[in-house]
Amino acid sequence: MSFEPVIGLEIHVQLRTRTKMFCGCELSFGDPPNTHTCPVCLGLPGSLPVANARAVHFALMIGLALECELAPRSIFHRKNYFYPDLPKGYQISQYDEPLCRGGHLGDVRIHRVHMEEDAAKLIHVGESGRIHGADTSVVDFNRGGTPLVEIVSEPDIRSGEQAREWLILLRETMRQLGVSDVNMEEGSLRCDANVSVRPAGTETLGTKTELKNMNSFRFVERGIKAEIARQTALVEAGDEVVQETLHFDPQSGSITSLRSKEEAHDYRYFPEPDLVPVKVTEEMVQAARAELPELPADRAARYESELSLSADSARALAFRPALGAYFELVLAQADGTPAQTVANWVAGDLATRLGDADPADSKVAPDALARLVAMVGEKAVTAGAARQVLDRLVAEGGDPAAIVEAEGLGAMGGGDELADIVRAAIEANPDAAEKIRGGRGQAIGPIIGHVMRETRGAADAGEVTRLVREQLGA
Amino acid sequence: MTAGTDDLLALTAAGLAERIRAGDLSTREVWDAYRERAADDDLNAFLWVAGEAPETGDGPLGGVPFAAKDLFCVRGVPSQAGSRILEGYRPPYTSAAVERIAAAGAPLLGKTNQDEFAMGSSNENSAYGPVLNPWDRTRVPGGSSGGSAAAVAAGLVPWAIGTDTGGSIRQPAALTGIVGLKPTYGAVSRYGMIAFASSLDQAGPLTRDVTDAALLFGAMTGRDERDATSLAHPEEIRLPSARDLKGIRLGVPDDVESAEGIEPGVLAAFRATLARAQELGAEVDTCPLPHARHGIAAYYVIAPAEASSNLARYDGVRYGLRVDGEEGLTAMYEKTRRAGFGEEVRRRIMLGTYALSAGYYDAYYGRAQRVRTKIAQDFHSAFERFDFVVTPTSPGVAFPLGAKTDDPLSMYLNDFFTVPMPLAGIPAISIPSGLSEGLPTGFQIAGPAFSENRILDAAFALEQAIGFDGSGVRA
Amino acid sequence: MIDRAEVLHVARLARLELSGDEVDRMAGELSAVLDHIEKISELDLEGVEPTSHVVEVADALRPDEPRPSLSQEEALASAPAVADGGFEVPSPGA
Ligand SMILES: [Mg+2]
Ligand SMILES: [Zn+2]
Repeated sequence: MSFEPVIGLEIHVQLRTRTKMFCGCELSFGDPPNTHTCPVCLGLPGSLPVANARAVHFALMIGLALECELAPRSIFHRKNYFYPDLPKGYQISQYDEPLCRGGHLGDVRIHRVHMEEDAAKLIHVGESGRIHGADTSVVDFNRGGTPLVEIVSEPDIRSGEQAREWLILLRETMRQLGVSDVNMEEGSLRCDANVSVRPAGTETLGTKTELKNMNSFRFVERGIKAEIARQTALVEAGDEVVQETLHFDPQSGSITSLRSKEEAHDYRYFPEPDLVPVKVTEEMVQAARAELPELPADRAARYESELSLSADSARALAFRPALGAYFELVLAQADGTPAQTVANWVAGDLATRLGDADPADSKVAPDALARLVAMVGEKAVTAGAARQVLDRLVAEGGDPAAIVEAEGLGAMGGGDELADIVRAAIEANPDAAEKIRGGRGQAIGPIIGHVMRETRGAADAGEVTRLVREQLGA
Repeated sequence: MTAGTDDLLALTAAGLAERIRAGDLSTREVWDAYRERAADDDLNAFLWVAGEAPETGDGPLGGVPFAAKDLFCVRGVPSQAGSRILEGYRPPYTSAAVERIAAAGAPLLGKTNQDEFAMGSSNENSAYGPVLNPWDRTRVPGGSSGGSAAAVAAGLVPWAIGTDTGGSIRQPAALTGIVGLKPTYGAVSRYGMIAFASSLDQAGPLTRDVTDAALLFGAMTGRDERDATSLAHPEEIRLPSARDLKGIRLGVPDDVESAEGIEPGVLAAFRATLARAQELGAEVDTCPLPHARHGIAAYYVIAPAEASSNLARYDGVRYGLRVDGEEGLTAMYEKTRRAGFGEEVRRRIMLGTYALSAGYYDAYYGRAQRVRTKIAQDFHSAFERFDFVVTPTSPGVAFPLGAKTDDPLSMYLNDFFTVPMPLAGIPAISIPSGLSEGLPTGFQIAGPAFSENRILDAAFALEQAIGFDGSGVRA
Repeated sequence: MIDRAEVLHVARLARLELSGDEVDRMAGELSAVLDHIEKISELDLEGVEPTSHVVEVADALRPDEPRPSLSQEEALASAPAVADGGFEVPSPGA
């Protein structure tokens, strides 16, 4: 029996407004404790929240970018629970009337998007510094009240890897929108994963667990993979998956139950009486739409229509905006070379060598790659040899033509030099030669291999095949 | 006591302002006279009295001192909401209402005693002891703005401000024979007003007469960007001048006579005032308010629910009382709140938490909000036929101290006539309407949202006709 | 109407310590009030919209302009316990 993982993600994005969500205190990071507070964000008696217009504007931009349905009237709710990082004893959030519903990013659907305020920071004074080991803690309210947008996906994700890739797309989209610094180390982007497994091919959802505060995309991937394995083992052994909140420890790779502050809580949600409903007017929507940059989905469509790239290449480049931007720089320098070829080199060969890194930060200058691709086109160098040049460019940068010269990687002309090498290869592989004469063309492998070794990949495979047939009269 | 004090004491706040503007009286004379009386307070009406007269602008309220209910935050001044959990707490900021009144020229004379977190209708729930009714010191002054009402009635301060969530301005005004106005919801900013129930709380004036109420309310009202629910009043607040009630239609809810606990004397005073109104040219008729009788039930779900959330911030972490439980955070929370909150506050927090808790929200809070819609609709249709809805303010006169403290439900029924208006968010005033068994009764006039000018005018005409004299208790 | 177990559960949610007899008294008092409140369950409120906001003015949103914050000293002025420039509390986990 095989099992299918069903994963949904909850992402908190910190907005880069100047002031907090419900008061005029400035946002800060790393300043002395409690120097950016006021009666409102300290929850002093008699204080009242007033929602930040720019935060609503950013949230609308996110809603438009994710093609959500914008609620003409949405309200804030109170989420009531006691915790020292929550000064009012409740978090102002949104509950059953969020700002946005539906929508999608790439091929993962969005369930909802809503606005809320961040909690303060709790610093543990005590030996292990872990939440359980210390006897006293100290609260710094500087971060308390920072505007957040919570994005909840539908459980459309099927693997840890897909989760990581989608998070990269989401982070890039948020960065392009200019609504957040999306810096996971500083906590301006936090991700929790809801993971369950079910027998492959069935529809009903298994019991889900919540993996909380993993602070890098790689840890999200590893955490999800570990939890899928844990749940699968449990179910296969006929045991029950228990609904609980879990923590993934990247060092040990282990998953532990997190008796978290929000465990077994009854949040007693009710509409926030201190705030009036947010009525989204046509002007607000236009203002948000006007600030939207070109979005991944639109860019993919443009690549297909204007540059006639394949759907896969268009998506690969559009959904990794950094890659797309670099591709357009290379294309601008590689006149004469078909866009699809440039796309293959950038989204294929270059991307595999650079991984998640931004090509713009690599040593491969766009014009260098453009020239290399042109050389392949002009058959000045074979694709295989060009890949070796690319390795050098990735390692040290430089000029592709110079590297080809220095390494003698230039493509062999059709001339007799190649013909001699082919003749020698045939003599070294008599039985292969016999089979080819007998009409079995596929037996050419060993001979091609021999020639490639001799020419260190510089020979053109098509040219070699032609010479072999010629010499064997096949 | 200078020779002039007696006539100075006889002047209303508007009278004092006029004499000060005319140069007949100095702000120093007025301040000294009242500061002395406030310091000698034997009603336990004041929790704090100012030392020196604070600097204030020379606006329309020039130099006439005022008192503010304890729950109004004033920078550097004890603002405890009548609770142990905030004992000695001095906020770093001042509430919008106090700020505006000071800017209009009135110096703050003191902070008045109140039911803890404005929960109560007898002022017996204060952590600082009950307040005595100047009309009979064995009886309650009403609540929760009991201190403000008693101080104005006893002439310890020219006028005061309080807050009204289910009747906490109007009911004490009725029981102490003075005027109390609960404005339209949103007319006065709640910024800096320690919250009880956010969707119901409104600040308002407690004064000797309707003119003073108009003058003080005029200084308090205004849009405040620090309170998202505050609204600019569409009309400039005018001093009342109506001499009669010609063409005014008064609607009397059909269940006034049968209200639970209504006293014959109160009913008699109410009928007498209706007759007075008809003499002034008003038409009086019964008007249906079918859901108003469910106001108490809806109120005692919505207000406790909001209060249970609004009081969650009192946790011993950032300010106020902390009782350190050696067994960690949860114990610290539970012991602090156990020691810091009085019995009635704990009861309402429990009621509110229960009403919001899983499985009960729809049956209680959800339903109460729907009853609230029906009550607002009832008033809306009533105001298509009537200018105002009128009722007695309180079913009874001031009751003896301790008479109702063991029966929460009977205490809640004090608010029967006053609860529907805050649920509908509409304004209402209470004016003295004569005595019953030697104790003051109140006549309530409620109108549509933002009809304060017309309410004040009608109340003024009636006040002149009734000619109630409360000076006896100011000796 | 509301029994001891429910009173204890609600008291934990509300972080209120209740002594033994208080639990019983609270159960009795709350039940009396809840019985009175029950009357609204008899009302026909089908299709009636709840009033979540008495004021439905168009959004009262605040421009994103900084306002002066309290100094650290002012922020901590009334704190029951202070450490390292912050509010000291028993640790949640403890
Ligand atoms: Mg959240
Ligand atoms: Zn702040």
